[in-house]
Amino acid sequence: MSDTLPPLDPNEKLDVEALLDGLEHYRPRRHGWTWRTPVPDQRMYEFTYHETSEPLERSIPLPAAHYFEDIDPQPDCVVTTEIASGRPEDDIRRMRMAAWHGADHMMVIRTAGQSHIDGLLEGTPEGVGGIAVTRKQCRLTRRALDLIEDEVGRPINYHSYVSGVAGPEIAVMFAEEGVNGAHQDPQYNVLYRNINMYRSFVDAAVAKRVMAAAGILQIDGAHNANATAVKAWKVMPELLVQHAINCAYSVAVGMPKENIALSTVPPDAAPAPCMRMDLPYAIALRDLFGEYKMRAQQNTRYMESDGRDATVSHVMNLIISRLTSADIQSTITPDEGRNVPWHYNNVAAVDTAKQSLVGMDGLREMVRIDRENPELASRVRELKERAVLFLEAMLADGGYFAGVEEAYFVDSGEYPETHDDGIARSSDGGVAEGTIVERAADYMAPVCHHFGDNHLPEGYRGRDHGEAAPCDLIGGCTLCDDAKVPFVDELDPTDNASVRLMQTAELREKGLIKPEVEWTGDGVVVVTMFLPAGEQVAEAAALELGKAMNLRDREVIHKRVMHPAEGTLVELKGRLDVAIDPATLTLPEPPDFLSDEEIRDFVAERNVRVVAATVGNDEHSVGMREIIDIKHGGLEKWGFSVTYLGTSVPIEKVIDAAIEHGASAVLISTIITHGEIHRIMMEKLADLAAEKGVRDKLLLIAGGTQVTDELACGWGMDAGFGRKTKGIDVASFIVKEMRARGL
Amino acid sequence: MVRPDTYQEVRKHLADLDDAALEARFWELADKVVQPLVDMARTHTSPSIERSVLMRMGIDSRTCMAVVAECETRGLLGHGAGHVVYVCMQAWQCDAPEAARRLAEGDGWDVVEAKWGGAR
Repeated sequence: MSDTLPPLDPNEKLDVEALLDGLEHYRPRRHGWTWRTPVPDQRMYEFTYHETSEPLERSIPLPAAHYFEDIDPQPDCVVTTEIASGRPEDDIRRMRMAAWHGADHMMVIRTAGQSHIDGLLEGTPEGVGGIAVTRKQCRLTRRALDLIEDEVGRPINYHSYVSGVAGPEIAVMFAEEGVNGAHQDPQYNVLYRNINMYRSFVDAAVAKRVMAAAGILQIDGAHNANATAVKAWKVMPELLVQHAINCAYSVAVGMPKENIALSTVPPDAAPAPCMRMDLPYAIALRDLFGEYKMRAQQNTRYMESDGRDATVSHVMNLIISRLTSADIQSTITPDEGRNVPWHYNNVAAVDTAKQSLVGMDGLREMVRIDRENPELASRVRELKERAVLFLEAMLADGGYFAGVEEAYFVDSGEYPETHDDGIARSSDGGVAEGTIVERAADYMAPVCHHFGDNHLPEGYRGRDHGEAAPCDLIGGCTLCDDAKVPFVDELDPTDNASVRLMQTAELREKGLIKPEVEWTGDGVVVVTMFLPAGEQVAEAAALELGKAMNLRDREVIHKRVMHPAEGTLVELKGRLDVAIDPATLTLPEPPDFLSDEEIRDFVAERNVRVVAATVGNDEHSVGMREIIDIKHGGLEKWGFSVTYLGTSVPIEKVIDAAIEHGASAVLISTIITHGEIHRIMMEKLADLAAEKGVRDKLLLIAGGTQVTDELACGWGMDAGFGRKTKGIDVASFIVKEMRARGL
Repeated sequence: MVRPDTYQEVRKHLADLDDAALEARFWELADKVVQPLVDMARTHTSPSIERSVLMRMGIDSRTCMAVVAECETRGLLGHGAGHVVYVCMQAWQCDAPEAARRLAEGDGWDVVEAKWGGAR
C-alpha cells in the first residue's frame, strides 16, 4: 500500500492538508525514471502523427484544438517544467496545472544557499528563489504526483538536485523517496558554488553510484557555462569538454549511459543569427555523445523581461530540438528574465513546447539538415577539434584540477583563444576544503551500492562475487529494505508547511477567491498599460496609476519603448488585498450549444433551408452575413441551405420566398428606429405567415444590434438575437426548436 | 594567460584524422582526464559520504550528523563511520539505529577505542 488517499476529482482542488497527513507512512510506489511511450503513426482526428506518444486521459489541449475535436497530441519526448516557488505546498498545485498541459518532468529548483549546507535539511522551510529540498518536501511532492499522474493518465518524473556539499546524503534520500531524476555534476559545485574540488569529485562518485542503483536519471550542469559566459557563442568547445568530463566520470563510477542526460542549450539568441550559429554546435554534440540522452534546455543567457521575446527564442530552440534530437525537452518560463516563475508562465512554457513540437511533427523527414553544407561541415569539425585541443592542453598542464586552477573554464575566448577571464578555483580552497580523508586499509561500509575501496568481510562482497549482499552484515540497508527508511518531521516550529497553511486557511475554508501568481493568497496582479510617454516618465506614471488602483508593493516589471516620444508599454506588478466570496457573484447561465456534429447531422438529414433578409429601409448586411456566411462561422458551416434575399426587402417577398424554397426558418435583420419600424416589421412577418397558413411550419427569427429575445418574442417572433450573436447561437436554436416542435 | 586564437596553427596534428578517429581521440582524452579523479574517489571518503553510509544503515539524518562529527574528531573517518557503528552493533547485539543512537549520545566510544585506539 503506497497511498490511502482517494483519486483526485478534476472539479476539486488538491487537498494539501490531507497530503501532509500521514506522510510519515507514505512510501513511493516506484523508483527510477520513466520515458513516454511512443506511438508510431498515431491517428488523431483527421491527422497522422510521426513523433507523438500515448495520449493523456485528462488534459487541457492547445487553444485551437476545438477546431480539431479537442485532440491533444503529446510529443514523443518528456517535457520539463521548472518550479521554484519556495513552498512545497504551493509547488504541488502548480505541478497539477502543468501536468494537465503536458509536463511529465517536474524539476524543483533548489534554494541557492542549500549548496553550502554540509548535511541534510529536514522539514519544509521556505526557500528563496527555489525550495529547500528535504525529505518531507520530497515525500509530499511524490505523494501528490502519484495522485496527479493517475488523474492525467501518464507517469510523472520528479526531479531535483544532487549538488552542493551534501551530495551523497541527498542521493541516498532521493533514492529512498522515489525521486526520479536529478542534476549531478561535480563541475557545477567547483565552478559556480566554489565548493572544494577534491571534495566535489570524491562525493560525486558515491552520489552517482547511489543514483544509478535507484535508476535516477542524471542531468549534468554544463548549461551553466552557457548562462554565465561573457559571449555565449565562444563557449561551445568548453561545453563539449564539460559534458565529456561528467559523462566519462559517471560511466567510470558505474552509471549506465542510458541514465545519463546532457543538459544542452542552444547558446545564442537573436539579433545574432543564432540558429546558423547554434545548429553546428547541436550536431557536433550529438555526434560525440550519441550514446547519451539529450535534455534540450532553452536559452536563459539572453533572456530579458519581455515574455514575447523569450517565447520566440524558445521556439527557435525547439526548432533545433526537432531538427536534431531531444529525449527531454526542458522549458524555461517566459517570465524567468524578470522574476521567479509564476504559475501561469509554467503553463505557458509547457504549451509553447507542446505547440511547437506537435506543429513540427515529422518535419525532419522533409526538412533535413544538409551535412554537406560547407559552413556547417567545417564548423562541426572545428568545434570537435577545439574541444580535443582543450582536453590535450589540460592534460599537458596537469589534468582537470590544474586546469581549474589555471582558469580554463568559462573563459570568454573560444578555445584555444583565451582572455584570462575564466573562473579560477584553488585546490586548497573553497567550501569544505580539507574534509576528504584517505580510506584506511580496513575501511568498511556495510551497505549496498557504495563506490570505492570497501574491505567487506569475505562472504559479503555482493552478488558480483557470488556472495551475500554487503548489507546482510547489518540485516539490510534502506536501498534493499524500504521498511528501514526513517522519517523526520518538521524541525522548525515556525517555518513549516502547517504553519503557513494556517495563515491562508480562511481562503480555503470559505472558498474565497484571491489572485495569486506563486503562493496561495499572495494577491499579486499585473496591469498591462500603454502610456503615451517616454520610458522614464511612463515608469513613474505607471507607479502612480498603480497607487490609484490600490495596489501595494508596486513594481514595474517590464517596459518596452514603442517610440521615444509617442509612448511606452509598461507591465506593472502589485498586490491587491481583496478576496471575493463566490457566493456573492451572479453567474450568467452558461450557453447550451449542440455539438457541431449533431447540428450537421440534423441539417443534412432534413436538408434544412433558411431564408434570410434585411428588412425595412435598411441597407446594412454585415450583421446578417456574420450569421449566415461560412467564412464567419455562420449557418452554412453546418450545411444549412441559405437563401439571402438582400437588403430593404419587403416582408411579403420574404414570406413568399420562404414558401417557395420550403424553408424551415426565416431570419430577418432590422435596426431599431424611433419610428418603431423594427416592431412593425416583426409583427407584420408573424401576421403574414399566419395569413398564408405557414406560421406553424416556420421558425421566425429576428436579429439586430438592439434586438433582444424578450422584445422579439413579444412581437410574435420565435426568437430574437442581439449584439455578439454567433452562427452557433442561431444554428443551435433552429435545430433544438425544430426537434421540440417535431418539424 | 591571454592568447589569440591560434586554432589554425595548433590543429595541424588533428587535420589528418577522419571524424571517427577524432571522436575516438576526444573520448580517449576525456577518459584520461577523469582517471585520476576516479582513483582519488576510490581511495578517499568524506563526512557526507560517511553520513550517506549511516543513512543507508537506517539511521536518521540528525544521528548521522552527530556520529560522523565524533568520528571526525577522533580521526576515525578513514575506517568508515559505518564500520564504527557495525563494531558497536556486534558488541551490543543491537541494530544500527540503536547503536548509532547510543554513540550520538556519547555512549560506548570505549568499544571503538578498544579497536582503533584513542582519539586523535
